[in-house]
Amino acid sequence: MSAATAIGYNFAYLDEQSKRMIRRAILKGVAIPGYQVPFGGREMPLPHGWGTGGMQVTASVIGEADKLKVIDQGADDTTNAVSIRRFFAHTAGVETTELTAEATLIQTRHRIPERPLQADQILIYQVPIPEPLRFIEPRESETRKMHALSEYGAMQVKLYEDVARFGHIATSYDYPVMVNNRYMMDPSPIPKFDNPKMSMMPALQLFGAGFEKRIYAVPPFTQVESLDFDDHPFEVQSWEDACSICGSDHSFLDEVIIDDNGSKMFVCSDTDYCRERVTEGFVGEAPAQLETEQ
Amino acid sequence: MNNAVELLTSTSEWQDIAPLLSVRELNKFYAPGKGCGDINFDLYPGEVLGIVGESGSGKSTLLSCLSARLTPDSGQVLYNSEQFGEMDLYAGEESQRRVLMRSEWGIVHQHARDGLRMNVSAGANIGERLMAVGERHYGDIRAKAEEWLTAVEIDTGRIDDRPSQFSGGMQQRLQIARNLVTHPKLIFMDEPTGGLDVSVQAKLLDLLRNLVSRLGLSVIIVTHDLAVARLLAHRLIVMRRGAVVETGLTDQVLDDPQHPYTQLLVSSILQN
Repeated sequence: MSAATAIGYNFAYLDEQSKRMIRRAILKGVAIPGYQVPFGGREMPLPHGWGTGGMQVTASVIGEADKLKVIDQGADDTTNAVSIRRFFAHTAGVETTELTAEATLIQTRHRIPERPLQADQILIYQVPIPEPLRFIEPRESETRKMHALSEYGAMQVKLYEDVARFGHIATSYDYPVMVNNRYMMDPSPIPKFDNPKMSMMPALQLFGAGFEKRIYAVPPFTQVESLDFDDHPFEVQSWEDACSICGSDHSFLDEVIIDDNGSKMFVCSDTDYCRERVTEGFVGEAPAQLETEQ
Repeated sequence: MNNAVELLTSTSEWQDIAPLLSVRELNKFYAPGKGCGDINFDLYPGEVLGIVGESGSGKSTLLSCLSARLTPDSGQVLYNSEQFGEMDLYAGEESQRRVLMRSEWGIVHQHARDGLRMNVSAGANIGERLMAVGERHYGDIRAKAEEWLTAVEIDTGRIDDRPSQFSGGMQQRLQIARNLVTHPKLIFMDEPTGGLDVSVQAKLLDLLRNLVSRLGLSVIIVTHDLAVARLLAHRLIVMRRGAVVETGLTDQVLDDPQHPYTQLLVSSILQN
């Protein structure tokens, strides 16, 4: 353990008994891909909704040799990511990194890194609402029964409403998936752009919902299918523009307003991926500046 | 000419037709005297059975027991299923009962809000059952939803409106469409005309009668309104204090009631 570790706390903040309980839930989740395992959620020193579920999972699986990366909407340098990374550096004394390639544990809020993950990595999602059927069925007793009996027809209603209203499936994040042809799963609010990456991923994917006290998992090389209609197949977002910094035309782009005239630029949401491309020599085109209309 | 009669006349050995639903010694009491007990009857394919009686006589409890929504204390409900064959409802798996509820059966609730999803469009309400049985083609689902809206006399232009924007009568018709879309064999109705004004009731009854005879549906309809029973039902069961007091053909029961309670019930209707 490094010298910077906080004194008076157990390794990675949670006590060993709680960690064991959470690990049991994780093991059960891995054994039943996509199934939501209830667990005794602990209080963490930040509010629910700020990633307490993901943090509890991270605290339970992290070891001294791990290298932790935390991202928030793809970025390493936003408040949520910085605080959680510092929290574990402080309480566990583990090494942290911003490089996807180097990290062994990646805790994420709402993105999957662009660089394909490897078998020796674990991706931990922060989940606000773990129940995909909640939209259509408010009763927990009923949604559990629907999962148990694989009654997922009602889920299509959400997609039907999209097509009826917008002419296409307009759900762009939190897009429901079927795991291993058995359980309907909420992939957490990642953009549907990231949905295809979940399927057959070599890395282990763990999901922690702190508020709802549920853990679920997608083991390595598990099939994850996005729902759709035969005549309205699943599609991911695409952009006409490329990243203004690294010129990437195949990554998830954020639209950023850069002045009062409505000028905008598109940049990679995954900051590490963008930086990596820049060091490899890729350059984007600077955004066109709109002139002020008098 | 109703469907049951056609069936009977066209079959020489009509005694051999198997009942669709048989109820044997069914009991369900919440407290002594509260519920229904000692219920026995058969329902044949194409038959419309009315259950009448005053409030609190156990009609709705019985209907819930029959439609697999309430486990009885004792007794059997035998159903002749297309998918599962002859089955004892409560001896089998819950999954089977739930499959029946969304495929071979329809349940029309007294309050449309209990039977509809109020926060999704009319089209999605009708399409839900189709999607629940595996339909995955949006165009087909929408075409069928439009077809059924027409069948229950709702303007297809309102397919994307929510049921909360519909009138009470339209909600009730939407509920019927939502149930009929998967071509069920047996429909359970609990006071389908309750809470509607008289002219809307008449229209709904007319629609129901047409649909029932055109599609050859078997129906169990619970009502306290004898006019509804006379118009729709072939056969009646009269209930009082949780027990059956009289059964028979509708005309027979209403025109020549034998039990004192049935006589009271029939005489309580305003005559002109």
